[in-house]
Amino acid sequence: MTATVLPDYPEAGADDAVARKVPVIHAPTDQVFRHTSRAAGGIVLALMVLIGVFLTVNSVDAISSVGVGKWVTTQEWSPENNSFGIAAVLPGSIVIALVALTVAVPLSIGAALFITEVATGRLRRLMTGMVDLMAAVPSLVYGVWGLAYFQTHVVPFAEFLAKYFGWIPIFDVRGVDPSNALPNPALYTSSFFIAGIIVSLMVIPIQTSIMVESFSRAPQGEKEGAFALGATKWGMIRNVVLPFGKGGMIGAVMLGLGRALGETIAVYLIISPLFEIKFRILENGAVTIAAMIAQRYGEANDFSMSALMSAGLALFILTMFVNFTASSIISRSRSGADSEG
Amino acid sequence: MTHTIDPTVDHTIDATPQAGRVPTTVLPRETLPPLEHEPDRVRVGASQHERYSLPGAVAAALATALLIGPVLGMLGMGWVPLLTFVLFIVYYCVLISLTEDKRAVTDRFWQVLLWSTGALVTGVLGMVIAYVFVRGWGVYRQMDWTDLRHNFITSDMGLAGPLSPITEGGVFHALVGTLEQIGIALVITVPLGTATALFLSEVKGRFARFVRTVVEAMTALPSVVAGLFVYSTVILLFTKEQNGIAAALALTVLMLPIMIRSADVVLRLVPGNLREAGLALGGGQWAVVRHVVLPTVRSGLTTAIILGTAHGIGETAPVLLTAGVTSNTNWNPFSGPQTSLPLQALEFIKAPQPSFVTRGFATAALLLIVVLILFTLARLIGGQRAGELSVRQLRRRMARSRRDQGRVESNHDVIRHQLELLRAAHSLDSRGDHPS
Repeated sequence: MTATVLPDYPEAGADDAVARKVPVIHAPTDQVFRHTSRAAGGIVLALMVLIGVFLTVNSVDAISSVGVGKWVTTQEWSPENNSFGIAAVLPGSIVIALVALTVAVPLSIGAALFITEVATGRLRRLMTGMVDLMAAVPSLVYGVWGLAYFQTHVVPFAEFLAKYFGWIPIFDVRGVDPSNALPNPALYTSSFFIAGIIVSLMVIPIQTSIMVESFSRAPQGEKEGAFALGATKWGMIRNVVLPFGKGGMIGAVMLGLGRALGETIAVYLIISPLFEIKFRILENGAVTIAAMIAQRYGEANDFSMSALMSAGLALFILTMFVNFTASSIISRSRSGADSEG
Repeated sequence: MTHTIDPTVDHTIDATPQAGRVPTTVLPRETLPPLEHEPDRVRVGASQHERYSLPGAVAAALATALLIGPVLGMLGMGWVPLLTFVLFIVYYCVLISLTEDKRAVTDRFWQVLLWSTGALVTGVLGMVIAYVFVRGWGVYRQMDWTDLRHNFITSDMGLAGPLSPITEGGVFHALVGTLEQIGIALVITVPLGTATALFLSEVKGRFARFVRTVVEAMTALPSVVAGLFVYSTVILLFTKEQNGIAAALALTVLMLPIMIRSADVVLRLVPGNLREAGLALGGGQWAVVRHVVLPTVRSGLTTAIILGTAHGIGETAPVLLTAGVTSNTNWNPFSGPQTSLPLQALEFIKAPQPSFVTRGFATAALLLIVVLILFTLARLIGGQRAGELSVRQLRRRMARSRRDQGRVESNHDVIRHQLELLRAAHSLDSRGDHPS
């Protein structure tokens, strides 16, 4: 008869051997390198923290003079009358960002899938280059294009939306006479809708490049497995690539949101300021925090500067929150294992 | 697939070394008849029906849209592209469904949509760039390229009034401003950014992770907030005026996180075993960074810096708050307002005169050209993957290796000489210790 003989395990506590601590001693040059780079990291960190601290300290003056409650609920912005608040500008920033995302997210997903799954060889390289180039084009260029060309060409479409879908509250436009044979195009210019579409052009490349990165991590074996089971290309994309890229997609959308909230110059060029809470996106008149700062900084005395700082602080907190969330989602969906050669 | 070996044929190979030849490994080869190529049972590619359905659907959709639009006058000309697209998708799906099942139709539908998004994104980008060039072209067409002192690029707006023709005035002051501001920003950003990126990926630790988190969040710092920060610190506390250095600092605040992030991404791609090989050879951490990591990522790091520069050059909002507007050339970034290219383009475009708007588009076109040049440069340099070398780099490395060979050999000679001396001394010693 054969029996399985179990080896004797030491009882807990019987063996008090402890792993030897291996001391790491860095050579003097390495010490210098480590300390220098640590100092650089410290400087960068200090700079970044300083921005937040400075914004907070400077806006205390303005916020305390109107009171936090009024600062959050006031729509107008006239620091000279001591009456200002973020109730109109903050939703304005969010509305533009949401319009931009509505346009940008489907296009980015499509472009990213086109690059990773449909295009091959030269076409893929060309498209990747196009997306990178799109990110490199200054926002001013998109802004002037939107102001001088796109706005005049999109107004008929906005009219169409307002005419047939005006019963949906967000597409409603005040002051439109439906029986008027010659509609007034000026009612539809400088709106959230137009500014949002232009901002979407700046969001698309950021989202696309992050989505490309996450889609291309979908395992080859499972893709081929899907094909082997008889899936069509779209079936494979739906059942393998999209589920694997979900985390990256959510992160990319959040990152795009952060970027859209802070976009300044293009919005500044297109919108005409109107300080009220509204979600009628097709209507003339809009405002965002960033565009307001760019418009108002010039007239600033110390107090109105402090008021602008408080608006900047609100934007800063919002974008930092969005971006922290985005980067934590992206880093969770990213495995670092594939960098080992 | 296996081949049966015919036992009647002699498969032995003559591998006896021959005099005068460098001995090499000779792989045994069998003499077998070539494989016969079987005819394909399945032909890969689209069927005739499928090949014709795509152009057919396009033609039919275009024809219907033209019929509904201009011919019958039911919709304006502007609707034709949109209508064509929608009809094309419908027609194409119908055509495919004649021969294929539902899954194949879904597949084609989504593939067509993916192709369209690719085309749309490229098309819009092309349209934006082309529009700016076309609108700005008037200035460059009328520009006297032979007059090198008074054309659009080499003169400033100091003497040009609102009614001056397009041929007068230019953007030299803005060009100077852009170059100086971006130069100062790069002088600060490149060393600080590279050192921080090295800290994040080479030194590591809890503090490094914290710095990385903060830097990643800061990449989305709204550009106008960066401008506001510099305005309230540098301008209100120290300089008391808008000037070039304040603009440069605002650009620095914006470019720093972006550059650190992209450098960090590049550094993370260095294979760990390269680093470990360096350490195993006895190099310290700095030696490994200096001789292994940095040379490996050189092209990636350069690309990161160039793209960061392109990004910084186009930033308008922070410069708007910090640089100040002037029409004169100001060489001194430390005193007085110093306009940069994007800011000048913005000022031109906001002006009511058509000639100023045209100048604005010309300035934006110039900015685009600068960005395009930087972008092409980045693509050319960044085309290499980390650790792969171009022919010239390989040649340079070979030359260095040859130089090293001499040094190594002379070192060998020295060591051999010293060994001989030691041995001689030792034998003398041993003779002295044990006298016979």
